Amino acid sequence: MAAESSAAAFASLRGPARPLLIGTALGFVALFLVLPLGVIFAEAFSLGLRAYAAALADPDVRAALLLTIFIALVAVPLNTFFGVAASWCLARFRFRGGALIVTLIELPFSVSPVVAGLLLVLLFGRFGLLGAFLEAHGVRVIFAVPGMVLATIFVTFPFVARELISLAQAQGNEEEEAAVTLGASFLQTFLQVSLPKLRWGLLYGVLLCNARAIGEFGAVSVVSGEVPGQTNTLPLEVHALYSGYEMQAAFAAATLLAGIAIVTLVLKAALESRHRDELRATRRARTG
Amino acid sequence: MSRRLAWREPSTLPGFAPSLSLTLLWLGALVIAPLAAMVASAAGLGWSGFWALVLRPRVLADLSVSVSSALAASAIDACFGLIIAWVLARYRFPGRRLVDALIDLPFALPTAVAGIALAALYAPQGPIGAALAPFGVAIAYTRAGIVVALMFVGLPFVVRTLEPVIEELEVEQEEAASMLGASDAATFLKVILPPLLPALLAGFALALARGLGEYGSVIFIAGNKPMVSEILPLLIVTELEQFNLAGATAIAVLMLAASFLLLIAVNLLQAWIRRRHGG
Repeated sequence: MAAESSAAAFASLRGPARPLLIGTALGFVALFLVLPLGVIFAEAFSLGLRAYAAALADPDVRAALLLTIFIALVAVPLNTFFGVAASWCLARFRFRGGALIVTLIELPFSVSPVVAGLLLVLLFGRFGLLGAFLEAHGVRVIFAVPGMVLATIFVTFPFVARELISLAQAQGNEEEEAAVTLGASFLQTFLQVSLPKLRWGLLYGVLLCNARAIGEFGAVSVVSGEVPGQTNTLPLEVHALYSGYEMQAAFAAATLLAGIAIVTLVLKAALESRHRDELRATRRARTG
Repeated sequence: MSRRLAWREPSTLPGFAPSLSLTLLWLGALVIAPLAAMVASAAGLGWSGFWALVLRPRVLADLSVSVSSALAASAIDACFGLIIAWVLARYRFPGRRLVDALIDLPFALPTAVAGIALAALYAPQGPIGAALAPFGVAIAYTRAGIVVALMFVGLPFVVRTLEPVIEELEVEQEEAASMLGASDAATFLKVILPPLLPALLAGFALALARGLGEYGSVIFIAGNKPMVSEILPLLIVTELEQFNLAGATAIAVLMLAASFLLLIAVNLLQAWIRRRHGG
């Protein structure tokens, strides 16, 4: 805090440049971030409250909402569980190949969502590697819900693991080693020593993972049959409504997603300001 | 002797084998297996078959649309992202925390929602589109629309990469520069910018990588006209819809190679940042 206020007191560019820079920054944020967010709600309510409620009461929108929630409820806990496991072996132990595994875990972030969907088509699709096998057993993955779950897991794979690995690395192993030396079991060490230290980072990772799982569009659209009421998630339903020139209905459905995004941002900001020190280690570790 | 050959450093902590097995199982099933499927399909095309699919005019034209739009968007993001990061890190003003939280909106807002919002704003009948129309400027359904969408998704990468680095800058040098009579411009160019350069480049590269692969926010505002305003990821989707799995695979391999190269570049830049700031 002391360093922060002294930095602010002596910050350069404090003369006429200061209002100019603040004005430019605020103008850019207003034009490119606030306006797009505002237009969603303006368009959604453009035909009045009744039309808004009617659009949300549509059975296809409801089915899409339920499917979105279902997919997030499968993908997020699985990625959380494996993210915790990955952080234990990758942050607490040093071994050959560890850095390679971390790179592979982060890979889905740099793959285009469309390519992610295509990867699944090439593995599970009709002409894919496992296609004949799956067809013989009557299992449908692509153009069905299982493929959409897999696509969501793929694109949200790194969130929890990355957050926990860098946080646990920054925190070190001393307390865990002390617990084990004093006779604690693995489960005791993990639940009573490690988890309390990591909980805010864990929550942070889960929050971002969940936001992406709910909002994913590209990867899910490639492996979804896009059948309204059956294989449309909320983002896909927004796309379908918009393509069908039902603008107001598309924006009404979009307000649900925008609402989740706003809640995510509020929780994220609260986590960052209340648990700054616990999370700060993560930010430092990531950018140097 | 056996110590030297050990593949992991000894540790008193338990749970290494089970946690590593779980990690490898999950990674293998969800990331490595699909990647292997792509490698197998790409190998099936053969070397000349692969290049024949990649060097089609439509692929090359869309590649140029994707690359030029992503480069332009990340360059604009780098300029304005630098200003925003500076303002957030150095100045205190009312609403600062709100702006800081808003920067992450593109991370939190589903891309399809961002796409329809931008399309509604910049369409000829939309508020911004209508304001620009008298000047003969059209954004939506042109390449400029693609750039606007990519600017939206790329901005937080630049700001979030720069912000912590600016916070850790030593102010003494800036003070010295201004006390010695340097102008704001000179202080910025000679004292502030050089140490920020690696982070600025890393943010630019992250925004570029995201922009090259972006799909959801672009397709609504781009005209999606083949060879003119069609991005490469959309061409993959089009090929898939026409059951041209080979064509889609070839383009995807090209895009994967590009993202690998950018990933390596970002890692090198971040190692450079760590060395500069002494870990």
